[in-house]
Amino acid sequence: MYRYDEFDTRFVQQRAAQFRDQLERHLAGQLADDDFRALRLQNGWYVQRHAPMARIAVPYGELSSKQLRALARVAREFDGRADGPYPGKGGFGHFTTRQNCQFNWIALADAADVMDVLAAAGMHGIQTSGNCIRNITSDCFAGVAADELIDPRPYCEILRQWSTLHPEFAFLPRKFKIAVSGASEDRAATAWHDIGLVLRKNDAGEIGFQVRVGGGMGRTPVIGMVLREFLPWREILVYIEAIVRVYNRYGRRDNMYKARIKILVKAEGQKFIDAVEDDFQSILERDVDGSAHLLNDAEFERVAAFFTLPAGVAPIEEVPGQHVSAASKPVAYTRWLERNVHAHRLPGYRAVTLSLKRSGQPPGDASAHQMDLAAELADRFSAGELRVSHDQNLVLPWVRISDLPALWQAAREAAFATPNIGYLTDMIACPGGDLCALANARSIPIAAAITERFDDLDELHDIGDIDLHISGCINSCGHHHSGHIGVLGVDKDGQEWYQISLGGADGSTLSGASTAGKVIGPSFAADEVPDVIEAVIDTYRAERDGAGERFITTVRRVGLEPFKIAANGVRKATAVHA
Amino acid sequence: MSTPDQVRNQMRSVPLAGCATRPIRFVAADVPVDFVLANDVDVETIVAELAGYQSIALVFPKWVDGRAYSQARLLRSRFGFKGEIRATGEVLADMMPLLVRTGFDAAAMRADQSQEVAERALSFFPDGHYQGDVSEHQPRFRRPAGASA
Repeated sequence: MYRYDEFDTRFVQQRAAQFRDQLERHLAGQLADDDFRALRLQNGWYVQRHAPMARIAVPYGELSSKQLRALARVAREFDGRADGPYPGKGGFGHFTTRQNCQFNWIALADAADVMDVLAAAGMHGIQTSGNCIRNITSDCFAGVAADELIDPRPYCEILRQWSTLHPEFAFLPRKFKIAVSGASEDRAATAWHDIGLVLRKNDAGEIGFQVRVGGGMGRTPVIGMVLREFLPWREILVYIEAIVRVYNRYGRRDNMYKARIKILVKAEGQKFIDAVEDDFQSILERDVDGSAHLLNDAEFERVAAFFTLPAGVAPIEEVPGQHVSAASKPVAYTRWLERNVHAHRLPGYRAVTLSLKRSGQPPGDASAHQMDLAAELADRFSAGELRVSHDQNLVLPWVRISDLPALWQAAREAAFATPNIGYLTDMIACPGGDLCALANARSIPIAAAITERFDDLDELHDIGDIDLHISGCINSCGHHHSGHIGVLGVDKDGQEWYQISLGGADGSTLSGASTAGKVIGPSFAADEVPDVIEAVIDTYRAERDGAGERFITTVRRVGLEPFKIAANGVRKATAVHA
Repeated sequence: MSTPDQVRNQMRSVPLAGCATRPIRFVAADVPVDFVLANDVDVETIVAELAGYQSIALVFPKWVDGRAYSQARLLRSRFGFKGEIRATGEVLADMMPLLVRTGFDAAAMRADQSQEVAERALSFFPDGHYQGDVSEHQPRFRRPAGASA
């Protein structure tokens, strides 16, 4: 993974010092709330329902064990601070769909100290919020996936550096998210991003990007439009500069719900494309030193050198069946192999998901102790490296096949071995109304009730692969639009209600082309949601064409009607609405 | 309209010790300027007149409205404007690094802002930044190793 040099190290320290200066002026009454707001947001500091929330960047999801220990320390010493303003609260981190890590119970007065602790581990909250280019996201199996064509990580790092404190693009009309994928399977939901980049080779074997623009969720779900089928890799920074400049100049600022680039792209269509292509040409042909941001081989090779195999990792000849369940191995191990262990490009290796989806804890949460345990597993079994997945789990990317039994044992002891990856309980969920000031409704109790309802692994196995996504509000942090089953919290007369949608897709092979799910009727009461999910699942099991047909395929084949009828059948409180 | 010399005489020039970026001058809000370009007007519409202007004011109606950064960058890098580009409107001390890096060389700050804070805001990144800008055209990867910007 990327290692900071002296410049990078000093840079995050300098950023922490700059933030301390701003925070101290704010706390001293010299920087008003309104003026401080955008400054703290661009360092990852929100002010939430009960306390500030800190969002720490995990660039393209890559994390070292040392960095995870720094996050654990923040959880323990600052988030779960017994002598702080929120005693008895916190002590955990929440991993997000954008591969970041959030804390919910840190006192704002401690914020600068937290940034110093993180900077010492090469971490920061730069541009994890605010109307700027956010943390670049990618495939959690980048660099190790068996289906990878081109490793996206060097490009992600180059984009991270270019976008970090870009002076022209710090105050865009709205937030701006970029995702990069380099495998045949899209595990980064690229079409749902403001810019979605997919690495590919042309007929001549040269590397470039398919460039999509204008994807996004929120109130108006839109799939990104392809601007270029093949942009040579050397031109990527210049091309993105052109896109973001056109957005900065012409994106709407009068209505925050219409301020994302997707609205500009939809409204302007070909004019938008022409403006981008024109600015791109102008940068290269007219601007002073306009070609300075064309990438060159030297820079690519310098960055790519960080993404070679970690020390001690080398191909190992695979013995067929070596790790497969033998009579001596319990069925739980076999299930774990099936669900949590993933194909690897390197012979003798597998990637392993540490499930953060288990009863008793919200999806994506890890306590300080659990983060330390995961760091320990990474050191023992994965060359000290981890990934944060879009699905809110942790991944160990460099596990030897021969270590799988020992890892399974250790992961089980740390409660990371729930063999549910890709199943119904491996759901995506935002923190919701328990913690988030934006939310209309809570997500965590809904997730907990569904997890409790579907706690039988045989049943989960029978239901098979399915994406359940829960958002506490229309901002869609829980990606409800792209869930095969989407749950959206809405507010009606001060009460929590939940809209259920079916048939959404994140763009993976299983899900099909990216699309937003369709709502199956009026909202349900909170206590009806588990019944609705069960009714929908039962309908699928009754309607499916053999055990091999996945939920999403059945929904597409039979349509929404049978599911609507079943869902309406379990209405109690909302019967009157139906 | 003031002559350029009159304008300059009314400005307080602030030396920025140790800062390799383009200096910025702090200007009182009532100092005249040759032309005011609203932030929703294309820079391209005034290209023909640029040679006649010694100073152009760009506007931040709200400090978090970043359109003028792109205007300044285009005026400098694309249209070669060499006169003064002044930040006006709601200009905060904490905007200084962005202003200087996108080509502004003068700022009329909001009345409550501190010049001392503005100068300090320019001091936090002595090693420079990753990407090139109007002050330092080259991104870090094209600068000689160890060079700051």
